[in-house]
Formats: sequence, structure tokens, C-alpha cells
Amino acid sequence: MIPAAFDYVRPSTVDDAVAALAAAGDDAKVLAGGQSLLPVLRLRLSYPSTLVDLGRIESLRGVRDDGDALVIGAMTTHDEVLHDALVARHAPLLAQAAATVGDRQVRHLGTLGGSLSHADPAGDLPDVALTLDASLDVVGPSGSRTVAAHDFFVDYLTTVLAPDEVLTAVRVPKLGADWATHYEKFNRMAQAWPIVGVAAAVRRSNGSIAEARVGLANMGSTPLRASAVEQALAGADASADAVRAATEHAAEGTHPPSDLSGGADYREHLARVLTRRAVMAAAGIQP
Amino acid sequence: MTQVDVKVDGVAYRDDVEPRTLLVHYLREQLGKVGTVVGCDTSNCGACTVLLDGRSVKSCSVLAVQADGREVTTIEGLSGADGALHPVQQAFHDEHALQCGYCTPGMIMAACDLLRDNPDPSETEVREGIEGNLCRCTGYQNIVRAVQRAAKATVTS
Amino acid sequence: MTATAERPAEIGQARRRKEDARLVTGRTMWTDNLTLPGMLHMAILHSPVAHARITRIDVSGARQRPGVVAAFSGQDFKDVQGTIPCAWPVTEDTVVPNHPSIAVDQVNHVGESVAVVVARSKAEAQDALEAIDIEYEPLPPVLDMEAALADGAPLVHPDLSSNKSFTWEFESGSAGTGRAIDDVLRDADVTVTRRFRQQRLIPAFLEPRSTVVQPQGEGVTVWSSTQVPHVLRTLMSLSLGIPEHKLRVIAPDVGGGFGGKLQVTPEEFLTTLVARRLGKPVKYTESRSELMMSGHHGRDQIQDVTITATRDGRLTGLDVHILADMGAYLRLITPGIPILGAFMYNGIYKFDAYRFVCDGVFTTKTPTDAVRGAGRPEATFAIERIVDELAVELGMDPMDLRRKNWITHDQFPFTTVTGITYDSGNYEAATDRALDLIEWDELKKEQAERRARHDTVQLGLGISTFSELCGWAPSRLLGALRYAGGGWEQATVRVLPTGKVEVVTGASPHGQGNETTWSQIVADRLGVPFDDVEVLHGDTQTSPRGWDTYGSRSAAVGAVAVSNAALRVVEKAKRVAAHLLEASEDDMEFVDGKFSVRGTPGAEKTIQDLAFEAFAAHDMPEGVEPNLDAEATFDPVALSFPHGTHLCAVDVDTETGRVTIRKYVCVDDVGTVINPLIVEGQVHGGVAHGIAQALYEEAVFDDDGNLTTGTLVDYMVPSAVDLPSFTTDRTVSPSTTNPLGVKGVGETGTIASTPAVVNAVVDALRPFGVNDVRMPCTPERVWRALQGGTR
Repeated sequence: MIPAAFDYVRPSTVDDAVAALAAAGDDAKVLAGGQSLLPVLRLRLSYPSTLVDLGRIESLRGVRDDGDALVIGAMTTHDEVLHDALVARHAPLLAQAAATVGDRQVRHLGTLGGSLSHADPAGDLPDVALTLDASLDVVGPSGSRTVAAHDFFVDYLTTVLAPDEVLTAVRVPKLGADWATHYEKFNRMAQAWPIVGVAAAVRRSNGSIAEARVGLANMGSTPLRASAVEQALAGADASADAVRAATEHAAEGTHPPSDLSGGADYREHLARVLTRRAVMAAAGIQP
Repeated sequence: MTQVDVKVDGVAYRDDVEPRTLLVHYLREQLGKVGTVVGCDTSNCGACTVLLDGRSVKSCSVLAVQADGREVTTIEGLSGADGALHPVQQAFHDEHALQCGYCTPGMIMAACDLLRDNPDPSETEVREGIEGNLCRCTGYQNIVRAVQRAAKATVTS
Repeated sequence: MTATAERPAEIGQARRRKEDARLVTGRTMWTDNLTLPGMLHMAILHSPVAHARITRIDVSGARQRPGVVAAFSGQDFKDVQGTIPCAWPVTEDTVVPNHPSIAVDQVNHVGESVAVVVARSKAEAQDALEAIDIEYEPLPPVLDMEAALADGAPLVHPDLSSNKSFTWEFESGSAGTGRAIDDVLRDADVTVTRRFRQQRLIPAFLEPRSTVVQPQGEGVTVWSSTQVPHVLRTLMSLSLGIPEHKLRVIAPDVGGGFGGKLQVTPEEFLTTLVARRLGKPVKYTESRSELMMSGHHGRDQIQDVTITATRDGRLTGLDVHILADMGAYLRLITPGIPILGAFMYNGIYKFDAYRFVCDGVFTTKTPTDAVRGAGRPEATFAIERIVDELAVELGMDPMDLRRKNWITHDQFPFTTVTGITYDSGNYEAATDRALDLIEWDELKKEQAERRARHDTVQLGLGISTFSELCGWAPSRLLGALRYAGGGWEQATVRVLPTGKVEVVTGASPHGQGNETTWSQIVADRLGVPFDDVEVLHGDTQTSPRGWDTYGSRSAAVGAVAVSNAALRVVEKAKRVAAHLLEASEDDMEFVDGKFSVRGTPGAEKTIQDLAFEAFAAHDMPEGVEPNLDAEATFDPVALSFPHGTHLCAVDVDTETGRVTIRKYVCVDDVGTVINPLIVEGQVHGGVAHGIAQALYEEAVFDDDGNLTTGTLVDYMVPSAVDLPSFTTDRTVSPSTTNPLGVKGVGETGTIASTPAVVNAVVDALRPFGVNDVRMPCTPERVWRALQGGTR
């Protein structure tokens, strides 16, 4: 299938991109890596009037060290993220998850900003951004703002981005050396979206878990934090039994979908099992 | 129409394209590069894989306008000027890594990309490296063998 | 006279394929690569609803769109479109609904064609589809086979009296091939009954179908991505009224089929109707998502199976009742697919009695037809699964139960309870080899340990000792089964004046490597170099006769025709040689392509010399026509029966339900092997396809009859990561039904592997009280089975 016709704009600055979006109106769409958008256009599930291609805005690419955080340009590809030395050092969870997105070809074009803006609740990277307490730099006609990941994802495929706003960068707070992380993805096949994905970050201290963060993919209409698990883990023994007990809360507060890959009850079960595995892997606890 | 300047298999082209034209359709229909084929419309099958500035992409999920100013290598640009097969092409032949051959151009391009990053992949690494390319004929086993054979050929040559 | 002595035989050599040269360089001729001057592009509007009357359709809006040349609805072709033919009404009273290429007043499945646009570009044609105005009056979808057969069920075809197409029955007592099944069932010591479901599959070949039609005066040339150019030509001629001699069909390089292109399609007819109406060449290439809805599906059966045995484990009776989903229409061999399995449910075992009853049922879904294996995977699955269940009931080891009941190697040829005779085999040898290769005893030990430890990940071991019927041919048999066509194959071998050889085959391949294999055979027969042989196929003008490639038949039938034609060339060459060398034919020797006169050193002629002499024809023997050409048609008298033992070890994560194949070993016996490289490749691909059915693939319709697995996002064709490496080996029991001794290998892996995998999954879960998992054994299904089990 061939997409329906659209106008194409390729600005070279963020301001021009925002202006182009504003000029094109509500039916314009941003083209980032295009790896989710192009199939949608080909199947004619969407009819944008204009595509604004961010592909040549150099300022949107790359990873830089900003003290307490990494700043990752929205147009940095998954492949660049997973090979980046700063990411490997300060946000290995992001690299681990990025390596599981799609396949090599998709990772060469797909971008971090595109994934987050697309806001598929089954996506790996929205879950990781939420788990790492990332914040997102957004530029629109009236200037720029920074939105916490927690506030960014509003609903299924929906973010706080206005039609004329562009996500420009993702600020990922560095995790200290006492943190360890793991991304546990469970899908039916290599290429498939996760039935459930679990991102875990654990800070250990003297044989116990001082602090933990757990994010769930595909357990609701947005990525979710498993707050009950986080509370139960705080101060818990770094033991298999303690982790098992804490992670039994993983499905609390979730509203998982039922689809071809799994019913809601199966997803709730998986969330508990995978959260346990993710936390244990992150904390280095043998089963 | 939008003008694109793109180098394909070493030859520079300047063409007017509709913005909605997919790179694979530009290659096939405007340039006659029919060696690159289309197998699906959701970017799952990988049959259309080409190299864009040296990295594998699915040319059904790239607009021709996105390739403006960039370099594309297709299966037709792999063999040497004397017609000698590229080591990956040769290995696919030697290991019987194809049957109907429809996935083969994309599979070979994906393998080339993998070997650039990882010149000596394990079986698992090969399988993961070509996960974006579906083959219905071979069960992949001979493809894995071929990629590993090509790796050895490239390392020793 | 012997064919070869000095040079090594080509047959049996792992020759690298000739076909590869064009395939690895992108110089292939796929149908969609073809562009003709003035060619137009067709796009199809598909029904978005499963079952409805078309109350209004107006295509005039599409005609106003840029680039559009024409737009048509079913109304425009209702008097000339004929019907898509069904060549296999399996009973005298099989109900065959009219099957239009383009719906006229009713649609019966999602994806059915309702209108077309023809434009200068494909994009413009697709754009204009959106300007077609169509209104539907919904009819109730018919989705469940059992509900469809109930009294008062809504009818798929309101003009027919029921949703049943046919009932096909076989019973050994009345057929005289065994005892009466009812007697055996009544007297049984042990009875096990199971219901198995063969999920609906989509063939998912990689090259979407494409058709280019060029009308030229009265004549029509059709290029199509088809497995069956010859069948298409004859049936299109009959259905559309195009004189057969004016119709040329070309199947260029074809990107896989797996039964999915063993079809005469509505899209081929429609493209032809449109091109002839416009008098212009027209191309239609479908997208994957169109193909998923419109191309035929496969399997989709409910199997109720009862097996009986004596208390000490001798099999006595097998009673099989099938509901087979035809979908909305009968396509080329839709009704015949389940019947192909009718002769295989007994597998490799000896039974006293057997019954097989199959009801073909219409639903408002995409029609079903052949998918790799076609009928035999269903049968093999049922017997290999239920033998395992019977073993549990009897408290026997499943392999011991098999050994006790299979046909032993000294009993061949063996006529089974279905009345069919198996030609040759050695189940003991294949099984012993497979058990060795997988290290079965070690795995058994590990399994016991892991069970005792209550490991989260349990080990399951699965067996499939299968046979299948191949060489879909004997025309007399096909006739007896009410198949409209024949099964012979034709070949021509021509030695050109310069000594190069052209082989024409009717078995047009689509990935099987016949160009290579046929060349090997001819090289041996004629004593010429492998590279001097060229194989021509896939064009009804150059290869006018054949029944094409499907059903693992091309080697067992087509290759034999090639071999026979080559032998006829040698016979003819011998007469020419004897004449020119002034010797008696009886004194001629033929070694390595050279004729010599026994006892007369130096008196010799190569076959290349003779080709030129026969071409110049200055001095031909009396009654011998010029040129070294010969033709042969082979129609075997019986089928061939490959077999093998497939063993599978799986890890099952009992927490998540994930199944991972750890080891897969298969030892197949496909008779004589012409090219081991190609045979092994066929086994790999076949096994992968069968694993895909066991673990991954399923076409799912929702309650409204929409295909919810309409793209490769949801229809899960496995990638390299999702499959293991296979360990393969062979035993060789040459077929006795053809002179080459070959059996067939295209489908063995698919037929064998599915039950091996599912038996392994069930074996892993057996301690948890699980005795079945529906296919595909997804993580969720495995998990649910564990929840329902009783530990």
C-alpha cells in the first residue's frame, strides 16, 4: 500500500519546525524516525495533511553530559542510544531496553523522541523513561517547557504535546554507582511488542534494598509505576523471599488490556513474575 | 513534487518525487532497481532492506525524500565491478541459504550490516542480527551458516 | 549398456544451485518487476464486512479522480465473469456455491473484492478507491462450524439449503479393507477419545501475489505469481471462455507458495477481465494486508478422534470425525484437503478397523485450501497426539507403544486399513538413529531429575513417528477420488546442435531447486556436464503440458519424466551412433557420454557429435527422425510414502508458559536422494513451518468475522530468533513406485514436526495434570492449561 498524499516540510531548526507545525494546523504530523508512522500511513490508518520531518535538525541528535543528568536529543536513534558510552555508564537500563526495540533496521532509524511521543503503552522506552524519572524538553510557539515523564503520558497513544509542539530532548537523571537496573521483556516472538515489560532500578545498601523503582509496559493505557511494589521493597531484605513478597503487588492499580497475546489476568500474573525477575536480576539476587 | 539527490549503488540521481513515495518504490519504479522487493506493509518482513549511508533500513519504511543527499546500497550494488559475488552473496550460494529467494536480497543486506558491526558473530548473534528479516523457506539454519561462513571469508581475505 | 562409469554420478551430489546466480544478485524476474508499455495499475476495494448484501454501489466518483482510466463494480462483469472453479468436489453431491471474482450483490467474507479502479499509477488507483460509494445491508456472520450446522442457523449462501458442502465417509468394514469399526469400538478393552483443533493458518509466502495481463487481439498473456501455470491456463480458459490456444500463462520466478499459490485466484480472473475490457495491459500486485484477507487460508478443522487398543497395547480401532471449515467458497481443491488426510490417520500403525467421516462446512471466512502438507499434517497430528494419550492410559512408554504397533521393515509393501499400499520404509532404523542423535536416555534422566526438583522450567520430550503420502499423481487414483485433474508429468530433453541440452519440465518450481536437480539427472543420463544443461519451465508456450509443483510431487513424478525422456534420447542416439559407426546396436556401449563399439577400439562418437550429426541429418538411419530430442510422460501407478522419526525436547517455563525448543532431531527417509543439500534445506524449512503451527501462528477472526491477524504484526511468522537449529539425518528406503526411487520431501518436515513439538509441551506439563494444549501453544495457553490442571 502507498500512503495518501501529504505535504512535506524539512526544517533545519526547531523554531522552523514549530512554525511549520503551527502553519499546517491540526492535521500535521511530526516525522521523527518514521518506524511507527510509516506503516500507519501505508495502511491508510492516518491522513496527515503535512509531515514535518525533523531528520535534518542537527541540534536534536546526540547525548551530552549535563551534570546530574544526561540530555539525549529527541532524534537520537535507538542504535545510537544503545551504543553510547555515556548512556552505558549512567543509564544502562535505557541502553538495555533500546537494544530490544524492533530490529536492527528499525533501531537505525527509530528515535528516542519518536518512541516517547508515539506513547504506545506497550513501548519499551516510555516505560524506561517513566522508571528513570526522566523529564522531557518540549518546544512550542510560546517557548519551551520541561515535563516530567510522569505527566507526559496521558492516555493510549496520547501525550501532553500540543499539535504544534515538538519534543526536543530527554533528560535522564544519572543513577549513582549504588544503583543497578534490569529490563525484563516478555513477548511472544522476537519482533513482537511485549505482552508485558518491566523496568527495574534498585539501590542496595548493606544487604537490603534501600530504594527501588519499577515501571510496567503494557499494563494500562500508559506506562505505569508499580508504586505498591516500590513501597514494599523500600527497606526490604535483598533476599529472594522478600522480593517475592514485595513483587506480589505488581499488578495493583493496573488496568491491563486483553488481546490476542494475553488476557488481563494473564498480564497481571506476568507482571508479578516479571517484576520479581527484573528486581532480582537488578539486585543481583539468585533465585 | 520534491527534488531529491540520491546516490544509489554508486550512481548519482536527481529526481522529482511525490513526498509520499516510499524509498523502495522510488528504487523499483523510478530507478528500475527491482532487485529490492516488497513483502509486507508493516515493516515486519525485511525483504526491502537496503543500506542507507551504510546502515540497514527497511526501504518500505523510509520516504524517498528522507534519502535526499544520502547514499543507498541495494543488492544490485554489492557485487564487484567484475561481477564477482560479494562474500555474503557467495556464502548464501555455498550454504544453500535460499530457496525461493524472495527474502534473499533483504537478508543479504541485513547480514552485511550485521557483519560490519560484528565481524565474527556467534550463532545467537546472527539469529538476533537478522531478526528483522523473515524467511519462510529455509528455517534460517543455512542462513545462519552462510552469515558465519561469510564472516570467516571476510576475516581471512 | 550403462550410463556412467568413470565420472562420479551427479545424482547424490550436493550440487550448489543454478538458480542462485540470479537470486543472490537481485536479477530475478518476479511478476511485479514486469513493466509493459502502456501498462495500467489496478487497485481493489475489499469488503470490510464479513456478510452483507450490497444495496448500492457507485464507482462514478472514482472515475473523476486524477489518473483514473476506469472503475468497475461486480455489476460490470456479472454476465461474463464465470465462477472460480473448484476442481475437487469430493462427493457426487458436494455443494459448490457460485464463486464470483468480484462480488455482485452479496459479500461472504471480509476481503472479498467489491470494486476495482484502474489508473496510470498504483498510487492514483489506490487513492481513487476512496471515492467509491458503497452501502451494505448486514447479514449475520457465520463463524462457528458446529453452530453453522445446527437447524435454523443463518446461511452463508441463502440460495443453498444448508451450510454443509459435503459429507465424505470411509469405513474399513464396508470398504473391505478391515473389520467393521463399530464392532471393534464395542469390543475394545481401552478407549481414548480426544478433540483436537487444527487452527486456521495463513500460508505467508514471502512474495505477495501479482498478476500482469496483456491482451493482444484475441490472445491473452498472463504473468502470474502462481504454483500452477498449467492448471490456471486450462481453468481460466474454461471459466472465462478464452480459447485455450489463445491463452498463454507465464509463471516467472515465484517467491514461495507453500500451497498458497496452488490456486486459481479471483484476482487473476479479475485482472484478466479488466485488461480485456480495456484492451490494455494491466498489473495487479497485492499488498501483504490484502493478501492476508483474500489469499486462501488453511487447516481449520475440529478433529474428534477415538482410538482403541487391547489392554496389552495392541491398536485395534480408529474412529475419526472431522469438521472442516471451507470458508465462504470452494476454491481449487478446498474440499479435497481434509480428504488428503483420510488415508493417513492410521499413520504407520496396523489397525483392525478404521472410520473417517468429514463434513465440509461453509462459514463467512476466507476460503481455505492447501497449506504445506494439506490434510496430512492434520492426520499425523491427530494420530501422533492420541497415541501418546493412549500410552498414558495404558501406562506404557509412548515409544514402546509405537514399536509394538508399527509396520516392521520386513512387512513392506504393506496394505493398510485404508486400503492403500505403503511402498517401503524402515521405521526401526530411523527411530533408533534419532534416539541416538538426541541422546534420549540422557534427556529422560534429566527430565526425571527436574520433575523431582520441581524446577520452574520443566523439560518435555516429544515423539513423532510419521509417514505421509507423496507423489500426488496416479491419475487413475485421482479420478477415483473425484479430482478433476490428472497427475502425470511431461518432460522434453533436447540436445542442441552444439551439444548443450535443454530440458523442458511441466513441474514449474517456486524455490524447490528443480533447475539444479533436473540438471543433475540429465547430466547423469546423457553423460554431459551439469553446466551444459538448462531447464525451461513456467511458460505454457515453452512447456505446454504439466501439472505443476505441489504435494511433494515434482521429484517423484516430474523428475522421473525428465529421466525417462533423457533415456529415450540415449536410445535414439544409440541408433544414430550404431548407424554411423556401422555396428550393431547390440554392440554399442555408452559410458560418460560416449558411444563405442564393443571390441573395436577407436570407434566412438560422443553424444555431442551425434547431436550435430542428427541436426544436420545427412545420414540418418532408416526410420529415425532428425535431432536428438525426446519427450516422456510419466504417470506413476502408485503413491510413495516417505517417513521419519522426529524428536523434540522443549523447556517450558511453568511460571510464564513460555516454550523454548532446546533440541530438535529428525531422521527422515525420503527414498533416493538426488541432491542432499536441497533435501536438507527442504527438511529445515518444513520443520520450521510445522513448529510455527505448533507454537506461533493462528489466523483469528473476531465475533463480527473480521480477521484480527491481518498483518505480520499479529500473524506471527517466526524469525530466526524464534527457531532452533535442527539436527537432521536420513535413512534410505528407495521408493518402489518409480524408477528413480525418490519419494518426496517438500512437506515431510511440516507434517512431522507439529505433533513432535506439542507432544513435548504436553509431556512437560503431564505431572501438572495437563493432557492437551491447543495450538498454537502460546505462553498464555500453556499458562492457562497449568491453571486448569490438577497437580
